[in-house]
Amino acid sequence: MKSLSLNNRVTGQGHGLRQWLLSNAPRSRRQARLGRAYQAWLTFSQNRLAMIGLGIIILLVAAAALAPLIAPYPPNAPNLSVRLAPMSAAHWLGTDELGRDILSRIIFGSRLTLYVIVLVAIIAAPVGLLIGTVAGYAGGWLDMVLMRGTDIFLAFPKLILALAFVAALGPGIENAIIAIAITAWPPYARIARAETITIRKADFIKAARLQGAGPTRLVWGHVVPLCLSSLIVRVTLDMAGIILTAAGLGFLGLGAQPPLPEWGAMISSGRKFMLDQWWVAAMPGIAIFVVSLGFNLLGDGLRDVLDPKAEGR
Amino acid sequence: MTALLDVKNLRVTFETRKETIKAVRGVSFAMGREKLGIVGESGSGKSVTCRALLGLVRPPGTVTADHLLFDGVELRQSDPRHLQAIRGRRISMVMQDPKYSLNPVMTVGEQIAEAYRIHARASRSEARRKTIEMLEAVRIRRPEQVYDTYPHEVSGGMGQRIMIAMMLIPGPDLLIADEPTSALDVTVQLQLLAIMDDLVQQRGMGLIFISHDLNLVASFCDRIIIMYAGRIMETCPASELHRARHPYTRGLLNCLPQIDTPPGALPVLKRDPAWQDGTP
Amino acid sequence: MGVGSQPSAQGNRAWRYGRKLSTLVASVALTFLGLLFVTFLIGRVVPIDPVLAAVGDRAPAEVYERVRIELGLHLPLYQQFFVYIAKVFQGDFGRSVLTANPVTTDILRVFPATLELATAATFFGILLGIPMGVMGAVHQGRWPDQLLRVVGLFGYSVPVFWLGLMGLLLFYGRLDWVPGPGRLDVFYEGILDPVTGVILIDSALAGEWDIFRNALAHIALPASILGYYSLAYISRMTRSFMLEQLNQEYITTARVKGVSERAVIWRHALGNVRIPLVTVIALSYGNLLEGSVLTETVFAWPGLGFYLTKSLLSADMNAVLGGTIVVGAVFIGINLLSDALYRLMDPRAR
Repeated sequence: MKSLSLNNRVTGQGHGLRQWLLSNAPRSRRQARLGRAYQAWLTFSQNRLAMIGLGIIILLVAAAALAPLIAPYPPNAPNLSVRLAPMSAAHWLGTDELGRDILSRIIFGSRLTLYVIVLVAIIAAPVGLLIGTVAGYAGGWLDMVLMRGTDIFLAFPKLILALAFVAALGPGIENAIIAIAITAWPPYARIARAETITIRKADFIKAARLQGAGPTRLVWGHVVPLCLSSLIVRVTLDMAGIILTAAGLGFLGLGAQPPLPEWGAMISSGRKFMLDQWWVAAMPGIAIFVVSLGFNLLGDGLRDVLDPKAEGR
Repeated sequence: MTALLDVKNLRVTFETRKETIKAVRGVSFAMGREKLGIVGESGSGKSVTCRALLGLVRPPGTVTADHLLFDGVELRQSDPRHLQAIRGRRISMVMQDPKYSLNPVMTVGEQIAEAYRIHARASRSEARRKTIEMLEAVRIRRPEQVYDTYPHEVSGGMGQRIMIAMMLIPGPDLLIADEPTSALDVTVQLQLLAIMDDLVQQRGMGLIFISHDLNLVASFCDRIIIMYAGRIMETCPASELHRARHPYTRGLLNCLPQIDTPPGALPVLKRDPAWQDGTP
Repeated sequence: MGVGSQPSAQGNRAWRYGRKLSTLVASVALTFLGLLFVTFLIGRVVPIDPVLAAVGDRAPAEVYERVRIELGLHLPLYQQFFVYIAKVFQGDFGRSVLTANPVTTDILRVFPATLELATAATFFGILLGIPMGVMGAVHQGRWPDQLLRVVGLFGYSVPVFWLGLMGLLLFYGRLDWVPGPGRLDVFYEGILDPVTGVILIDSALAGEWDIFRNALAHIALPASILGYYSLAYISRMTRSFMLEQLNQEYITTARVKGVSERAVIWRHALGNVRIPLVTVIALSYGNLLEGSVLTETVFAWPGLGFYLTKSLLSADMNAVLGGTIVVGAVFIGINLLSDALYRLMDPRAR
């Protein structure tokens, strides 16, 4: 991949906005922040794989948002006369055992996928962040208690714990989300705690405290923003795993219930026809694979930009 | 004195995506079985020069030279076995910090014995015997006990002595010492130098001593080469260092306080950009 | 400062060991207790009345009350927890609603199958993963490295149950290279006396080589599918560890001594990589226990995962919680083992 080095691009022709963003002497905090973000974007966009990942995610969001417009058929329209039809011009990915168009079901299923990962991220990341920063900042017995709790959750294999929760709460997509979120927060707590402990000792924290900042302001205003970049990287990389776990739960019949077009559940119902009408089970799997891949590529790219010292999993 | 080592126009260049670094730019020197010191600041290319001799420069680095002759034989050859035969057996190298340069999961004795067994088809017990002899030669007491220790269990000074033992056990003709005392306490430094001096004399070996410490090199070596920015600035016998002529060398000498230096600030070395390009 | 082996130094070392050991044991015990607490809570969240589940919904009031007291549900919550802990330590997980056996018996019956699968998969991952990782590191940037990256990326993106299905489709449905689901052909079932529960071992011990070959044929596909994930993880970590080691000074020392490049890689570098790799392998094994839940379902492999899934679908909470505790305990055990192995293998940690 031949591309100009960052320097060449930067020192070349700069027009108005670009030059403003890349200036070496920003005159306001906003300019500095935007400038940094733009530089990060430049580095990121040179990574072809990461851009592919980004493209996939954008595609996912677009599919979810525009589903009714782009899907050729409604996702829940059984048509028994064309059941288990192979791929054709009418049905690009074939039909399932009730004659429903698989492509449309996959497109609508992207909504469920997005729903799951967004909710899990919204629940697990802040919880992990909160627990981690509090533990790291407070130290002492509070730290010990919180970390012991985190370790307990880390001691469980995630899928098994999610299974146990769903068993207790009953199947359904919301319960699946809660179950997954419960297993997802511990790594974020660990990261947040590690970063907090490092930052806590920094001089600028002491300076802020001398100026009268209380602990809440210190944690919120100073510590949390610094934790954010490694947290974002980790959350993005975890997305792939969350999608796989959600699909696994769906496959076992514990996630979204039929007739919702959840990808894992679609694979499960297609299993009976695996040997002859393989597309019913294969297509949703490919969708899962592509989306997970997208998040992995995106996460790797983000890590190279935001958190280069983090080593591979 | 027949030249043990004859280097002509050695150049080492590192090419990465971002930039091209010319670490060594046309270095030529020859030495016999003497103690040659190479002095220079960080980045002067002194370490890279010696690593190039042993074929330790890996891509993206490239090594070119008119010739690199050791005992009359060209060092750069396509057959890797040639290099393996030279390393350890004819030329070896002691590195700076035994904390990093010794394999942490092998016992000290095993590592030294390995150096022996590579070049001499010997049995384990004979290698062990030779190792213990060598440990005694570097003045380590209770060598049998030390044999079974791990590198993290020994002190810095002892670690360096172990390195010397390991590098001298195959009986090379040339020893390269890359800042061997820089990681040690001052008192231990002198002990180590004495051991190295003894062994090198006894075996009639050549020694290349790389350092940034001009005084140390002057007191220890027979001849001194001064490098800067990948080139040799000056070569002179150690005894005549104070009569060095190149402005860089004079600048270095002036930075070092002497007992009879008049009080006041020491002069700061002014780097002439011409030194980067011109060959003295 | 020389090497010290005086009696007081040895006594000191023993004392430090003892302290480290007791902190370790306390830590593990606490984690396990926490595990039990979480499962206990999960059990209490169930919307189903466990008494009804046991006696059916047409039992008279006295029977209901009797069973309720029997199950200890009249006690305050914390006391119930203590009873729960006591039972677990006695190995009593209650009775399975589905099979009417004690859950412990069920688990002992199914667990070896999972162990067999996870172990076979890990072997696959180690045998292929370590050399791949080494090659990726040594030829960084060239095709072995690229291949490794692709394998790794796929390993983190492909759902295991789907891969299993595709594998069955290809190797069983189309190519007929492997037999179908299950551990043995129906023909061979019930012949062997279960000694360890691991068919490969039992059949070898009994000299029944036909059964052995059949079992091997049956385990080949699920172990490879599950093993692929182990392969992806292990090879990635091996590569990263190798790169780290190959940059160290002692590698230069080895080269200077005249050690052949092959010995530098496989003896010196790998000798150091082994140590953190043990932790990676242990973690991988734990992850496989998880993955086996889905793989067993796809291949109708009668292991703990399959048992858990079936119990789950029938809301058999005793079985689900029992299985969860066992898996959790094994997880903790594996982490402990890897920790101990690490200490044994790394001279700096002793």
